[in-house]
Amino acid sequence: MKLFRRLLPWILLAFAFFILPVILDDFRLNLFGRYFSLAITALAIDLIWGYTGLLSLGQGIFFSLGGYAAAMYLMLNTKSEAGGNGIPKFFENYGVDQLPFFWQPFWSPISTLILIWLIPAVVAGLVGYLIFRNRIKGVYFSIITQAALMVFYHFFNGQQKLINGTNGLKTSTTELFGMLVGSADMQGWLYRLTVLLLPLAFLVCRYFTSGRFGDALIAIRDDETRLRFTGYNTVPFKTIVFIVAGILCGISGALYTVQSGIVSPQYMSIAMSIEMVIWVAVGGRGSLVGPIIGAVLVNYLRSLVSEALPEMWLFVQGALFIFVVVLMPDGIYGWFTKGGFSKLLAAFGIAPKTPIYPRLDREVVPVSEGRAISKD
Amino acid sequence: MELFFSQILDGLSIGSVLLVSATGLAIVFGLMGVINLAHGEFMMLGAYVTFVVQSIFKPMGGVLFELYFPIALVASFLVTALVGVLLEKTLIRQLYGRPLETLLATWGVSLILVQLVRSVTTAMMLGIVSAVLLGLLALRFVAAKVADRPFFPYLRGVLWAAALAIGLAINAALANIRPLANAWFGPRNIDVTAPRWLQGSWGKIAGIELPGIRIFIILLSAVLLLSMLWFLRQSVWGLRMRAVTQNRQMSNCLGIPTDRVDSITFGIGSGLAGVAGAGITLLGSVGPNLGASYIVSCFMVIVLGGVGNLTGTVIASLLLGILQSVIGSGSILIAFPNLPASVKGVVEFFATTSMSLVLVFIFIIAFLQFRPNGMFPQKGRSVEA
Repeated sequence: MKLFRRLLPWILLAFAFFILPVILDDFRLNLFGRYFSLAITALAIDLIWGYTGLLSLGQGIFFSLGGYAAAMYLMLNTKSEAGGNGIPKFFENYGVDQLPFFWQPFWSPISTLILIWLIPAVVAGLVGYLIFRNRIKGVYFSIITQAALMVFYHFFNGQQKLINGTNGLKTSTTELFGMLVGSADMQGWLYRLTVLLLPLAFLVCRYFTSGRFGDALIAIRDDETRLRFTGYNTVPFKTIVFIVAGILCGISGALYTVQSGIVSPQYMSIAMSIEMVIWVAVGGRGSLVGPIIGAVLVNYLRSLVSEALPEMWLFVQGALFIFVVVLMPDGIYGWFTKGGFSKLLAAFGIAPKTPIYPRLDREVVPVSEGRAISKD
Repeated sequence: MELFFSQILDGLSIGSVLLVSATGLAIVFGLMGVINLAHGEFMMLGAYVTFVVQSIFKPMGGVLFELYFPIALVASFLVTALVGVLLEKTLIRQLYGRPLETLLATWGVSLILVQLVRSVTTAMMLGIVSAVLLGLLALRFVAAKVADRPFFPYLRGVLWAAALAIGLAINAALANIRPLANAWFGPRNIDVTAPRWLQGSWGKIAGIELPGIRIFIILLSAVLLLSMLWFLRQSVWGLRMRAVTQNRQMSNCLGIPTDRVDSITFGIGSGLAGVAGAGITLLGSVGPNLGASYIVSCFMVIVLGGVGNLTGTVIASLLLGILQSVIGSGSILIAFPNLPASVKGVVEFFATTSMSLVLVFIFIIAFLQFRPNGMFPQKGRSVEA
């Protein structure tokens, strides 16, 4: 059993990498590629919400920034997309004949690969530092990040000349390594890339949530004031974790963009960013496995419902929000790990096996001998 | 210059709508620490109630139609207040002390409300009503016998799921009957005709036209604000509300029914959103997505103004309304034509509705660097460190 548990992640990984591409058709495989890239975003949100207690409703900013970076590189390096001046055709529609200066670095693949995560990191650092410095937290933090999201949304929507406004940037017709990005082969490779990057993101999150840094994050979540009074400056912790989450979202956005074929300001809509939070809530926050389960499950459900009854999806999604928050605050994964299943069985008269009390193999420490008693 | 002032008047009227709505949000937030993401959808509900009242009065014509708007205002307040109380009693109450979770749950509510307005039909309404009735009946029937058994919570869930399934089945069955399956509003925008006495101008002051609708909205919000102030300062429930806002536990100890205070506050807050929604119908056509476009501005009012103080809400909402309108319309350029070219370029860059929002947000973030708790922060021991 123990061996099986240790091998399970590798089995799942191998299954996703080798078996899924064989048994799924191109369309479904592409969908799963998208789910896995969204799972990276879910991991990022779990890092800041589940572990640090910062509910950001603005992760769409970083998601889209990564997406735009990837899309612009593809646009610039595709011959069929280029117009008269050697720059993408859409610029001509608005009478722009020179590439705006901030797009210049995206000619080169190396600087693009760096900027995909560097731009979200810088924006996250700036926004995060300015907010955390003033000890803005709780719901205030949430609504300010939401406002920031709306600002970015309006900016990207309104700037036709610089970013192609509402239309966004299409990637499915661009080329990479001489292959059409929208083609089935390319999508297969992108799927495999996503499957490799997701565990990497998982490891990054595990690195940040374990050890002393992770303990500090959890302390910030549970009682920030007390942590401050014990001499910690919480600002750097929160800023760093917000930056890491921003980076992960940027990478996830880039992966999602190339697999969905377009990046548009719609990725920065208020609804999308809150939806990202619900993936984490459904899967189970405060654990690293939960968000991945949640992201894949909710998005799969979304595909199923939207294919069958498009107008029902909002009802289902709304009900999901309410259900999870009220009845399953620990999410699916938390429900299982915290004994929800055995409680369910116990309610119907099937008693779980109880260990003998007091346990003979462990020394019982009386409470009076200095074991901390939690206040509540 | 005249255009400039009429822009300010525009901004004031938008600011007043914001003010009414944000006051509702602020008293709820101040009292319960709950941010209601469905607040914008309550505005939308208010707008649709106004539309319904108008549609009822339209065939009557004549004097009655002229009088529909005051009735619509009252109706939209009452309906949204009722929905608000219902929401508080069923959902928000369960999440007390978990503000972030409340945020998510109310977002779920807002999604459901938006889609409900888009696709509600008589068949669907009958399905919902029968599902709720069935659920309640089943619970009443079963609860007396097995309420103390450990499996009761799960059984309750199963019963509700069954009631929902029956409701869906009823909806599906009735959807084949044509008149029952027509959408009430549909996803498109709706238009409300203002009564004649509101249309046109209400005279001139110093050469500036006073458009009736805008003046009416400004007056309306002033009246609402004053009555809100009166309510908070002079009435018994207002006193209780202020007491609970200051210190919930102590109020509870002193015998104030805090849960009823919560319900009433939430009802009033939602009702104010409904009235604001009714006001918006005068400014243009409204659709199911109305809420989303106003809600963030309402939040910004709270962030800027601070909670627990209506003065902050007033100043912040009027300021935001005027700033957005003046910057967004580009009327600074018209009012001051002789600006240097460099400044002009900057002003032009921000002279769209969306870009003015960008600028206003930057302004708010900058402001928060000096006053992190808004213009009028709460003081005292009960404020969290």
